[in-house]
Amino acid sequence: MKDWGYKISIPRIIDLDRSDTSLYKQLVSKVPSAMKCIMCGACSATCTASNHTTFSFRHCHILFKRGQYSRLSDELDKCMLCGKCNLVCTQGVNTRAVISTMRLILSDMNNRNIAL
Amino acid sequence: MSGKKIIIIGGGPAGLEAASHLARQNYQVTILEKESETGGHIKNDMTLFPDFADAQEVRKGLSDRANHPNIELKTGICINELVQEGNQWRIKSDNNEAITGDAVLLATGFEPFDARRKEELGYGIYNNIITSVDFETKLKEGKILTTEGNIPQRIAFLNCVGSRDEKTGNNYCSRVCCVNGVKLAISFKELYPAAEAYFFYIDMRMNGQQYEELYRTSQEKYGVTYIRGRISEAAATFDHKIQLKSEDTLAGLPLKLTVDMLVLLVGIESSKSTRLLAGQNNIRGNYGFAESLGVNRNDYQTTKEGLFLAGTCKRPLSFQETIADAGAAAIQIMDYLEKVK
Repeated sequence: MKDWGYKISIPRIIDLDRSDTSLYKQLVSKVPSAMKCIMCGACSATCTASNHTTFSFRHCHILFKRGQYSRLSDELDKCMLCGKCNLVCTQGVNTRAVISTMRLILSDMNNRNIAL
Repeated sequence: MSGKKIIIIGGGPAGLEAASHLARQNYQVTILEKESETGGHIKNDMTLFPDFADAQEVRKGLSDRANHPNIELKTGICINELVQEGNQWRIKSDNNEAITGDAVLLATGFEPFDARRKEELGYGIYNNIITSVDFETKLKEGKILTTEGNIPQRIAFLNCVGSRDEKTGNNYCSRVCCVNGVKLAISFKELYPAAEAYFFYIDMRMNGQQYEELYRTSQEKYGVTYIRGRISEAAATFDHKIQLKSEDTLAGLPLKLTVDMLVLLVGIESSKSTRLLAGQNNIRGNYGFAESLGVNRNDYQTTKEGLFLAGTCKRPLSFQETIADAGAAAIQIMDYLEKVK
């Protein structure tokens, strides 16, 4: 195959026509408090992991909600489940349960070889 | 002279405004105020948003209008019982004084959120963490100084303290803190143009006339820096400054900032008198506010005949909304008293 020096760049937009956002319904059925999140960022502010890694609860949460699963598993692995975010959340979101449930849902999809 | 008597509980803006309307229509009005002076929370204010009107001048206007031969003002009186007896209403004060009337207007106002309940924000624990109420008091005194007596070179305002907060039980938006915070930030920069002002918010709710313009002016003319993110923790540093932790949710990065002073924009909660008197009459609604027949049905009447509501005993309202609300409540009371004869 001749290398023409071109490559196809993958669109980086959130394409809601194609995104599968049904997993979020699974998440909130297991952790209803996830719906209370107002994206204020207090969780990420207090996060121990966010000081040294790119981890952000708020960011993972919104990516999951919008059906943007690629690289999300790697991001979720950075969480140490220390629960500081749980303490500062003014909305009473069970942040640790949200993280664990997102991990479970994504690994389940992975185990069943369902492309995300 | 109609001979009908109305008792107004609360001598704040709502109570005074309703009283002056009723008195001018020849009703006998008794205002009962728990403090020694009328005016409610604007007693503490320097200016009112969005036009920086002199709060004390506005307050004087209110009390001048309520200075009428048909109005009897009783201050320093605390009500602990409000009961209906047939067509009459009876009130008992804490020193067992009984007062009766044909109608009652509940204008018992609000209370600012007690910031001590948000321990992670350090109010009452560290110096130089104050509330918007404390800040306004300092403004009125003409200077904003740290506990050490210095001009704060860098100040931060935090929105939604005790509002939109499920953990404190206050899920609602207090509505006035955004624009009041903008007003305070501008006042600060007017006083100390060289100082820096930061403003942490979740959403800026500029939902009134001239609010959005004020928000823009604060950025364009006064250089206030707005950061979208809630402060999760505030703690003192060894050199008496306050270190803040937040996320800049627009940049998607955690953020750290050290300031000389932190101002917590506290929300509006139902007052103790509202909770007590509304509770006694089964009109205690969500969050302890008094409940009308419905915002779209009749926002002044209650399920109890002759018991009316005005102002912030119902929900968070701005000063101008309270005044409009009180006028409307006065009309409802007049209609009712015409009807009962």
